[in-house]
Formats: sequence, structure tokens, C-alpha cells
Amino acid sequence: MNTEILSFENVTFTYNTEDETMRPAVENVTFSIESGEWIALVGHNGSGKSTMAKLMNGLLFPNEGKVKVFGHTMSEETLWDIRSQMGMVFQNPDNQFVGATVQDDVAFALENNGVPHAQMVERVHVALSQVKMEDYKDHEPHHLSGGQKQRVAIAGALAMRPKLLILDEATSMLDPQGRMEVIETIRRLRESTGLTVISITHDLEEAALAERIIVMNRGQKHVEGTPAAVFNEGSELTEMGLDLPFAMRMTHLLQEAGVALQEEHMTEDKLVDELWKYYSRA
Amino acid sequence: MMEKMIFGRFIPGDSVVHRMDPRAKILFVFLFIAIVFVANNAWGYAILLGFTLLVVFLSKIRLYFLINGLKPVFILLIFTFFLHLFFTREGDLLFSFGFIEIYEEGLRQGIFISIRFLVLVFMTSVLTLTTSPISITDGIEVLLGPFKKIKLPVHELALMMSISLRFIPTLMDETGKILKAQMARGSDIGSGPMKERVKAVVPLLIPLFVSAFKRAEDLATAMEVRGYRGGEGRTRYRQLNWQLADTLSLVLLAGLTAVLWYFRA
Amino acid sequence: MEILLKGVGYSYAEDTPFEKRALTDVNLHIPSGSYTAIIGHTGSGKSTVLQHLNALLKPTEGVVMIGDRKIEAGVKAKDLRNVRRQVGIVFQFPEQQLFDETVLKDIMFGPLNFGVPEKEAERRARELVVQLGLPDGVLEKSPFDLSGGQMRRVAIAGVLAMEPEVLVLDEPTAGLDPRGRREIMDLFHELHITKNLTTVLVTHSMEDAARYADRVAIMHKGHCMVTGEPKAIFSNEEQLQDYSLQPPRSVRLQRDFEERTGLKLGEISLTEEVLAKNIALAMAEGSRSL
Repeated sequence: MNTEILSFENVTFTYNTEDETMRPAVENVTFSIESGEWIALVGHNGSGKSTMAKLMNGLLFPNEGKVKVFGHTMSEETLWDIRSQMGMVFQNPDNQFVGATVQDDVAFALENNGVPHAQMVERVHVALSQVKMEDYKDHEPHHLSGGQKQRVAIAGALAMRPKLLILDEATSMLDPQGRMEVIETIRRLRESTGLTVISITHDLEEAALAERIIVMNRGQKHVEGTPAAVFNEGSELTEMGLDLPFAMRMTHLLQEAGVALQEEHMTEDKLVDELWKYYSRA
Repeated sequence: MMEKMIFGRFIPGDSVVHRMDPRAKILFVFLFIAIVFVANNAWGYAILLGFTLLVVFLSKIRLYFLINGLKPVFILLIFTFFLHLFFTREGDLLFSFGFIEIYEEGLRQGIFISIRFLVLVFMTSVLTLTTSPISITDGIEVLLGPFKKIKLPVHELALMMSISLRFIPTLMDETGKILKAQMARGSDIGSGPMKERVKAVVPLLIPLFVSAFKRAEDLATAMEVRGYRGGEGRTRYRQLNWQLADTLSLVLLAGLTAVLWYFRA
Repeated sequence: MEILLKGVGYSYAEDTPFEKRALTDVNLHIPSGSYTAIIGHTGSGKSTVLQHLNALLKPTEGVVMIGDRKIEAGVKAKDLRNVRRQVGIVFQFPEQQLFDETVLKDIMFGPLNFGVPEKEAERRARELVVQLGLPDGVLEKSPFDLSGGQMRRVAIAGVLAMEPEVLVLDEPTAGLDPRGRREIMDLFHELHITKNLTTVLVTHSMEDAARYADRVAIMHKGHCMVTGEPKAIFSNEEQLQDYSLQPPRSVRLQRDFEERTGLKLGEISLTEEVLAKNIALAMAEGSRSL
């Protein structure tokens, strides 16, 4: 029952089309995402990934090519319908909190879409429990931590029962604890609902949790594949300003130090495993 | 001093007054402001003062806290009192010392005006202290509802108000941060001649504006993506609930008017 | 220059119904020339301590000694200019403090406030943009036309231009991508050594604390719990857990490795590079002795 949720077909976008010297922010990008997938879109700052986020929600339209969401081509006509079925969480936790309290904020999109009151109450309650923030429903935003605000933003998206959740650098301004809270929340959601998620990030550690990674570099799609396949690029990713996950960096450092490890490791457990085997063989 | 100030602040609580519908409270205060002017003698003012204290009592706000928190307002009150005391020259001369002459009418006026001022400040403070800013906004939005017919953008105004309220603490924090960052770079806003001080405000205001605009842009994007398209076709999550107590409060106010009218000279 | 906090307590909005205690009896010694990392959970009081280091906040109890200057609770401190010049602070998201028309003017703002002659201030600005790896011609641009990463560097240059003796860093790399993070931290370390600075780093990153600092202080619920060398602090995992902290990843991996293989690495590995070297060494020796 895999159906396509979102696709880019040869999408090109330039911020200033008049200026000939301007490099396109996104250049001839093609990919497709199916229902139930978790995709990470990674790239250094300025790689074009935030422009792609804006193309996905219709804040920008491509100069060339097509963006299709839920089977509809993104256009002025389909825009609002598409938006009502997708949730989006942005980078700055403060600047997307519209409501006066947690529950008001979660209800915001519901109000906009004219959901009747009784249903709203129910949906706000469910969404808040999905992100474990029920106890905070009357709190004001400035009494919450960054991680909590981002969880509220996720709840606000979930209340609309979206088919797709996009996290646009949602963890990049958080402290380690806040980042963990958000990632944990997404993980649990994926387990319980199988929601399709696109996370846009420059943190490859976070990207390693996804099923598929698309690496952007200078506006172009550099490579696409499973985390293991993508991380095999090794030094090329580092040159792009990205950082390999810790276990992979260690694997490389160990190989340089003369430990002849055979495999690339994504997790510390597996790395220690091979070290142990390697050692007991010797 | 500013930290102790309670004018315009909200203190969460669970009194009859806290639970009232914001529409009722706003109407109540507005009508009360008009009714105050019915009183014109000692009886009338005594009743007003008693009534106000009764409302304060019902709101369970500690009178000490109210008086302490409104100190700056009292300075104004005392000033008004003396203004009337010294400059009204009617009735019998009560007291004279050098160029200071105090007349009976001056004393009367001074006391009456002070009471009038006091009950108005107390009553409006009770409104803001017992009603969260967002409820006040809700109340105003509904009360102004009929004006939509004459194209007054009531929904937009209310939204603007609630977003401003939501961002006040955020921007206050930010002001503090930028101020400290510039102080660490040797900028000195608190001292020196006026010209220097004005110059020192620039490094504070520009970053604050830049950040406020950035926030506004982000917020607009977030709202748009979450389907905000103006007031048309929107439903409301926050529901106002008019109860018996609300009706009774307005009846009580009518009663007060009748009593004041009866005692009016 | 050394800084000493003795029995420092601090409450926000003291004597009001909104009073909030942030620090209690904090004793902290930052020796001259040291690189001290202050670590702790969010809300542990790290940022409040930081603001005492150049008298942006004055203690409500106790004494802060900044060089020879004494800042004491209850005593009015006058003319803090000199303290502010000697102790530079790079705040979290420092790009928020940029305001001037050009990058040059913005970098010169601090030095000019402290009475540095215009020529000298300009010389410092020109030198710093090169050192921070900013592109040519950036000095004449408006700071608001730069990318986020470049703005961050300009803001840092603005603090460095004051030529402080103590450099206080509050999460200076928050929000940057991995390359930018590494470059900036390396730069601070280089400055620490070449300019003989006293550096204080407030951070959430145990990895950065372990890699760069020679002293680590742990803050917890407004108290300064322990101070010590990184090796001692990060090898005591139980203690870290008490303060809701974790050892750096290299230390955790070392622990797992030792448990699994039964080999002992001899010393605690504070960085990835050292860990790789130590593991290689231990395995070579281990296999020889078998």
C-alpha cells in the first residue's frame, strides 16, 4: 500500500531570476517519498535544504519542475488543502508559538480550519498526550524549555492528523536534552502511528535514525540512500562541512591508527563488537 | 520599583471574581466608571468605597498587596488631593498659615476626588489582576463583535493584541540580553550626559528591531503554514461561558446605581 | 588574570513576590591562564555565574574578585569600565548584538568605548577578520547582509577587538553546523595559547569541555559542586550522573570497550583521537602478551 506522499521532479529555484550571476538555490532536484517513510534531508548551512522546505509547503514555487504533495501538484489552488494535511515544525521554538498557552497553541491550526469546538477539545487532548505535554496544557510559552516548546509545536501539527510531518531544523537551537526529547518524541510517534516524517538537519547523528538520507550540496542532490550507504562517502561528507556519526568517526580513526577493522559501524555497540572479535582473533 | 508594581498584572486565583466571564467583568468596570459620577455627597462616596472594598474582598486579593503594589499611583492621588485642598477657595476658611489658606469646600473636594480616583484604580486593578490578558482580549473581541458590521477588523485587532501579549516576555528577555551584551562591550546606558545616553540607546534598539522583525517574519510563516487565512470560517477554541453570577453582578451594579441615586443630594 | 568567587549567592528580583534564587554559596577559583569549562544542566546557574565574571550582575551575597577589583554584596560598585574591558564575554547567539552600519564599525564599537584610539581599533578589526576567516571586503558590508555563520564570526571579532585578558564563552557554537563549530572552537583554543588568555567556557558539550579545558567545574541547582581536572571529573561517572550529566562519548566508548574486552587502557581518553590511539596500542600489546 505504498503510496507516494511527496515528490520533486526536476525542481529548480532561484531567489532572484533577474540576476544572471545568481546561482540557483535548488538545482534540478528529483526525489520521491512514500507513505510511512522517515527521510532525512541533510546539508551544511546554505546547501539549499531550507529552500526545499519552503518549496514543500508552498511558501515558494519552483521556477522549473514540479513539486507534488499527496498526489497534487503544488499551486495556489491546491496549497491550502495540502497544508491542512501536513504539519511543520520550524527551527526557532519561540517564533512559532502563536497561542497564549500550550493548549491554545495546539488548537491554532484546528481553529483556522474551522474544526467544531467539541472535536477540538478532544484532538488537543490527544495530541498533547502523544507528546507527553498534557500536564503543561495551561502553561505559558515563556515558562517552557526549548525542547518542550518544540514538542508543543509537534502536538500542534499532530492535532491536524497530518499525513506528513516536516521538521525544518527543529533541533538545531536546542540543548542536548531538548534535542533528545524531540528525537525521542518522533521515534515514539513513528512506532505508534507510522507517520511519514521528513527531517531537515545538519546533524548526521540525527539523520542516522532515518531510513533514507538525501544529501544536498550547493543546491544539488549529492547522494541519496540508506544511512549506511550514505556514510560510506566518508571524507566527501566531511569536506561538505558535515560530520559523520561518532561511531563512524571512531572506526576511521581506529583504521588510521592501524586497527584493521573490516566494516563501517553506525553504532557504538557494533563497533565494540567488532573490536572484541578482532581482538580475540588476534 | 517596577518589579513590585502590580498595575496591569494578572495573579491567577480561584475566587468568584476570577471565575466570572471576562465580558461581564469588562462591562461591569465600564458601567462602574460611569456610575461613580452619580455620587456627589459624603453618603454616596462612602457607599462607593464600601462597595469597592467588597469587590476586592470577593476577589481574594490581599488589600496589603494591592496598596503596596499601587504605590506609584498613590503619589498621583496625594498630589491631586493637595491640588484641590490648596486651590479651591469656596466655603468657610478653615485654616490659614502665611499664604496657605484652606477652605471647607477644598477639603471636601480633595477627599471626594481622591475617593473617586481610588475606587476607579482599585476596580480596574481588580479586573486586570483577576483576568488573564488573553481572556480580556477574548472578552473585548466578542463585545466588539457587532462592530464587524461597520467593517471594524475586530478579529484582527484581537489577534494582534493576543500576539503582542504573548511576545512581551520574550522581547523583555531579549532586551535584557542585548543590553548586557552591549554593556560587556563597554556601552554605558545608565550614566553620562543626556547626549551620550541617547547615543547608547542605538546599539540596543537596532538589534531589538532586527530581531523583532525576524520573529514577525518567522511567526507569519508559521501561521500561514498552519492554515491561518484571517477570521473567515474560523472556529474558536476558547469558549466564553456566561453564568448566573455574571448576570447577578450586573444586577448588583444596577442596585448600586439606585442606592446612589437615592442618596444623591 | 584570575577570578575568584567567594560564597556568592544571587537572587533575581530580590524582595518581591517574584523573587527567584539562582545561586547559593558558590565558591569558584579561575586561575590566571587556565582554560576552565563550566558544565551543568540547563537551569543549573551556569549563565548566572558567567554574568558575575565581569560584574554584569553583582552578587546579593558574598564577594567576587576580578583581578584586584573587589565586587562585594551590598557595596555599590562604581566605574566597572576597566573590569568590562579586561573580561570579554561572547554570549550565546552573539550575532544578536550586531547593530552598526558596517562590519568595521561594529567591530570597533567595543574598543572605542574603552578609549582605544580610532587607528588602533581599525587595525585590530582588519587583523581579526583575517584571523576569523571572513572573506575579503567584508569590513565595508552591513553585518545584516552576511550569512548566519559569518555574523557569528563578526560578533566574536567585536569581543576579541577589546583585547580582553579573560575571555568568557557562553555556548559560542550553538546552532552552527559541525564544520563551523570545530573551526571556532579551535580558534579560541589557539588564541588561548598564543595570547596567553584566561578562558572560561560555559557549555553543554562534554566533548568540548574534555577536549579543550584544563579545569572543569560542575554547577548543579545553583551550587558549584566540584572543580577539578577533566580526567578526574570525567572518569567519575557516578558523580556526573548525580548532576544529570554524562561523560564525553569517547569516555563512554572506552568504558564499553574495556568491559567487553577486559583490556585496560591505562589512561582515560578525553578525545576521539586519543581513544583511537590508546585502543590500537592496547590491542597490539594485548595480542603480543597472549
